[in-house]
Amino acid sequence: MSYRIVALLSLCASALFSQSPPSAEAELAALRAAVKASQSAGDNAWMLISSALVLMMTGPGLALFYSGLVRKKNVLGTMMQSFVMMAVITLVWFVCGYSLAFGEGSRFLGSLQYAFLQNVGADPNPDYAGTIPHQTFMIYQLMFAIITPALIAGAFAERVRFGAMTLFCTLWTFIVYFPAAHMVWGKGGFLNAFSNGAIPVFDFAGGTVVHITSGFSALVCAIYLGKRKGYPVDPMKPHSLVLSFIGACLLWVGWFGFNAGSALAASGLATSAFVTTHMASAAGAISWMLAERIKTGKASALGAISGSVAGLATVTQGAGFVAPYAGVLIGLIAGVVCFFMVTVAKNKLGYDDSLDAFGVHGVGGLMGCTLTGVFATRTVNDALKNAAGQPLPLGLVDGNAQQIVNQLMGAGIGIALAVVGTLICLKVTDIITPIRMESRDETEGMDLTLHGEEGYNFEA
Amino acid sequence: MVKIEAIIQPFKLEEVKEALKGIGIDGMTVTEVRGHGRQKGHKEMYRGREYNVDLLPKIKLELVIPSARQEEVIRTLTTSARTGKIGDGKIFIYQVAEAIRIRNDERGESAL
Repeated sequence: MSYRIVALLSLCASALFSQSPPSAEAELAALRAAVKASQSAGDNAWMLISSALVLMMTGPGLALFYSGLVRKKNVLGTMMQSFVMMAVITLVWFVCGYSLAFGEGSRFLGSLQYAFLQNVGADPNPDYAGTIPHQTFMIYQLMFAIITPALIAGAFAERVRFGAMTLFCTLWTFIVYFPAAHMVWGKGGFLNAFSNGAIPVFDFAGGTVVHITSGFSALVCAIYLGKRKGYPVDPMKPHSLVLSFIGACLLWVGWFGFNAGSALAASGLATSAFVTTHMASAAGAISWMLAERIKTGKASALGAISGSVAGLATVTQGAGFVAPYAGVLIGLIAGVVCFFMVTVAKNKLGYDDSLDAFGVHGVGGLMGCTLTGVFATRTVNDALKNAAGQPLPLGLVDGNAQQIVNQLMGAGIGIALAVVGTLICLKVTDIITPIRMESRDETEGMDLTLHGEEGYNFEA
Repeated sequence: MVKIEAIIQPFKLEEVKEALKGIGIDGMTVTEVRGHGRQKGHKEMYRGREYNVDLLPKIKLELVIPSARQEEVIRTLTTSARTGKIGDGKIFIYQVAEAIRIRNDERGESAL
């Protein structure tokens, strides 16, 4: 970081030549530079940690959460669905993904200006985050691009081929994720409230970009691919809720990087998002458990962790716009509604969203998007200012009812993009290579037929 | 020689082993099995889906003993494995034609 070195040098210089009195201005400039450098160091440290936390959400967090919910013949295949995203999307991001999402392009997609990460270095990009290296912002955003397609895997668990799944998810990031990220977060994006967007949408950490897109794509995948062989007659119990439990706890912790990190600085806003996120997770766990206790008589471990993930997914959109009390309310609503979605609605509608990617992320994301329009307030986030520098009212609680409409329109665009984009990606993949496993392989399990391994070799 | 096959509650295994050791029976083969007799299973619920679990985990003990000790072993097994509740398991007795020790070709009761 060149400006840090400059600041240090100028401090040294002023000390060396102390005999000749330094001009007050030069000293002030040196101090300013030093202050800026130390702020940058703090912000960068937090953002690098956040990047690592968000990667931890995919592997091992999501990989454990999902693989515990499948049958034991599919444990490795399910883990690989998450892990391969960590590898493949990283290279896609390097080649052109980052550029297409965050380059300066149209209102709907970026450009190729940052292809192969050219000009993405130590100097900050003030369009996105003025105090951290551009490269830090890039790697942080990569972790979001990794987990989003990995979330979809919950819908087609236990029945898709490895290569086809990887191809589908890669196509999907191009057709759905990069446009969605650019529209909501990219410079000049169509939905970017902070960059003159046509429809200003508040999406702090990806309620729309991550959860609505992946959740609704998951629903399309579940319907397109059909049910698992034997569903719902054959028993398909989760093979290890212990794995799922560890995964869910890692998700909870990782989500601090996801939501609080989305402040893009080690700021008070990051703390506020951290606190709000934590409230929602706790409230979600409690409300799911209570709903379950009332309906079935028992509060289950799977219910508790599902509720916490539902709370987290739902608060993602508003984390840095709403106050902690709203986090509690959002979590409480999320737990009950998502419980109803996955236990009652899904069985009534009859689709096999195996691990409830839609019921939790799609429904949670949509609720979170709407509730952000209700609870977003300038007392938490004053980044949106009028010409006179006064913070503008954000959501309904600030008296801006129009924002609920904006949020719903944003969600509608996200859903439309996800549904159409997913159908295109599924069709294209299916033309190139069959997505669904052969019936015999599905019976034998993914681990043996797709990877030639078994997850548990007790005789070894 | 007879072979005694006892299906018992898994948590009773240590007690049964100790009791058998107490009357001088050392050799046995233990397998984790699943099954049910008259005992009903239970219900499990995962995200609203209900599963009936009627095959319950049990332990299968197999021992081959001289016919003369049959009643003594059965008595030991029943007293040590019994809780008095449904699901305690069963004992089956089979005639054994021959026993051979692989190490040295010893045959009959001395091979046990």
